[in-house]
Amino acid sequence: MKFTWFHLMPWPHMPDDFREKHRSVWVDLPNKMYQPELGHIAYHQYLDQLEYAETVGFDGIGVNEHHANAYGLMPSPNIMAATLTRRTSRAALVVLGNSIALYNPPLRVAEEMAMLDVLSGGRLIAGFPVGTSMDTNYAYGTIPALTREKYAEAHELIRKAWAADEPFAFNGRYTKLRYVNCWPKPLQQQMPVFIPGGGSVETYDFCLDNTYSYSYLSYSGYLRARLLMDGYWKRVAERKVDESPYRAGFAQVICVADTDEEAERLYGPHVNYFYNRCLHVYPGFADAPGYRTVKTIQTGALSQFTAAAARDYPSMSWKDLTENRYIVAGSPETVRQQLEELIKTLRVGNIFCLMHIGNMPDDKVRHSTKLFAEKVMPHLRNLWPEWQNHDDRFWCHPMHEPVPTRIAAE
Amino acid sequence: MKSKFLPLKHLGARIEVVEAGKGRDLLFLHGAGGHMVDDPLLAALASKYRVVAPLLPGYGQSGGEDGLRDMLDVTLHTLDVLEGLKLEKPIVVGHSMGGMIAAEMAAIARTEITKLCLLAPAGLWLDGQPVVDIFSKLPYELPGLLFHDAEAGGKLLTAGRGDMEDPEFLKQFLVMNARRMGMAGKLLFPIPDRGLAGRLHRITAKTLIVWGKEDVLIPPAYGDAFKKAISKSKLVRIGKAGHAVGQEKPEAVLKAIREFF
Repeated sequence: MKFTWFHLMPWPHMPDDFREKHRSVWVDLPNKMYQPELGHIAYHQYLDQLEYAETVGFDGIGVNEHHANAYGLMPSPNIMAATLTRRTSRAALVVLGNSIALYNPPLRVAEEMAMLDVLSGGRLIAGFPVGTSMDTNYAYGTIPALTREKYAEAHELIRKAWAADEPFAFNGRYTKLRYVNCWPKPLQQQMPVFIPGGGSVETYDFCLDNTYSYSYLSYSGYLRARLLMDGYWKRVAERKVDESPYRAGFAQVICVADTDEEAERLYGPHVNYFYNRCLHVYPGFADAPGYRTVKTIQTGALSQFTAAAARDYPSMSWKDLTENRYIVAGSPETVRQQLEELIKTLRVGNIFCLMHIGNMPDDKVRHSTKLFAEKVMPHLRNLWPEWQNHDDRFWCHPMHEPVPTRIAAE
Repeated sequence: MKSKFLPLKHLGARIEVVEAGKGRDLLFLHGAGGHMVDDPLLAALASKYRVVAPLLPGYGQSGGEDGLRDMLDVTLHTLDVLEGLKLEKPIVVGHSMGGMIAAEMAAIARTEITKLCLLAPAGLWLDGQPVVDIFSKLPYELPGLLFHDAEAGGKLLTAGRGDMEDPEFLKQFLVMNARRMGMAGKLLFPIPDRGLAGRLHRITAKTLIVWGKEDVLIPPAYGDAFKKAISKSKLVRIGKAGHAVGQEKPEAVLKAIREFF
């Protein structure tokens, strides 16, 4: 198993009456709520937490991309990852965004990710999300029905730019470049790529065609994720490719304390903040018409999860959230049992651990993280022995002997 | 009203065309919402004209939407449809998005389009009077945006519609909405301006512009902007009417068209 400690970097200072006063945490929330001085503190605390996760043994540390919102304050995940290249030395840097349809030209993504890969000594795991409709369509103005075509073209350009040894011309519909010439080139010959999926069936085939890992990001937990992940594994079987569990990952809110009761006491308020403020999205911004393909709507998977789940959040208690496994929370043993069930039922080799939740203070984040690393993670390491607990196609390939900074500087 | 189909080989699809009435030819281009069930405007127009109303790809049974990506694609497509329908110098009437398409057609094909009627057309942008973002609206908000009399308008919008609580119907509705508004987004998202302002001066057609005085979706100030930019044009404002001016006041719109052409 691979465990990535993943940060959303939410705005932790939304007021108690946030839901009543604002219709959405995304797109049109006035940025007068954002206070740069407090933002400075939050950013550094968040980056410290990611660095801490490496020191306690997580395999990867992760960042992502969102826009115009208080849910996640990383319009540029690459800037965050760049700071991490300097202060970490072992963990994979999992950049589960860039939303490649948003860059003009998308070559910028190829260049910046190559920079990150070289800076980190080959520790980059790249992510190419389509992006939420809030980000892609409403905040960045991409025409909904053209989003996926634009994404596919950007993906083709980035892959070609990384692979090419000579300048070449790229005549796309959305991007025309007479000279594509990616300096620097990435260090890794085969860049591992994770694709965050949120319920579009086209993404299954896209991952299988390109040997990318399908990473399901959801806040409704692993019981409701079954339908979607079963669909993915069914597709894997139909395509007759190997069933490596590292073809898939799952993001999970996790809280660990000494006892189940202690977990509720310590983390309850912050989980509540997350579900009721960070996820408070105006339905009109959730899904611009044309953003989902007709095929995806026809499978119906989407509406069953998202709409119903989002509606229920405000009324859900700690008991509801834990019993229905929206969150995995409790003592190390409780968390271990539930995660083992998650890993086996969804058949995933990657877990993206969401351990900073909502407005959780630094000491609680570290407490939960440390308990997880010491008392949970070791017991879950060996769940895929037939795959030697690793799949080289779906993980980064660091340089064998990283050049010490001291020598590099001379 | 009955539908016929016009095959378009290059799109690999066929276009649904609604036809009704007798008289002079009138081409009608619908707005982003498509035709309403028993559309009151089409019914009124069909009492005096031979109404021919093709559906844009993505609407009804018209296919081929994946092949249309931008304003020029849609403008030329609609000119192809007009040619395929073999109409005699029709009055070209377009509502909202359809008005935007009709204006583009008239700017490009001056000899083919000599009589133009724009019902609250989209296509311009005034910073001081922003057009409402229809894409982020929820279904229950639409009657108030489209009609002066929201209650009566709401009944028109939901007539013949199934039960939204039925998952199977809801799925069909979501597919229909994604196809239609997905297509509309290529012209209207995120801002319904594809450069028409720079082309309106080319329109030589005799042009009637109609606006509902209570239009909150595209405010009446846009009527003045169109009037100012199109040389041989007249602006008629209709009271107690919102953006769906033709559906809300079909007889008044018919009267304005008959008097002008």
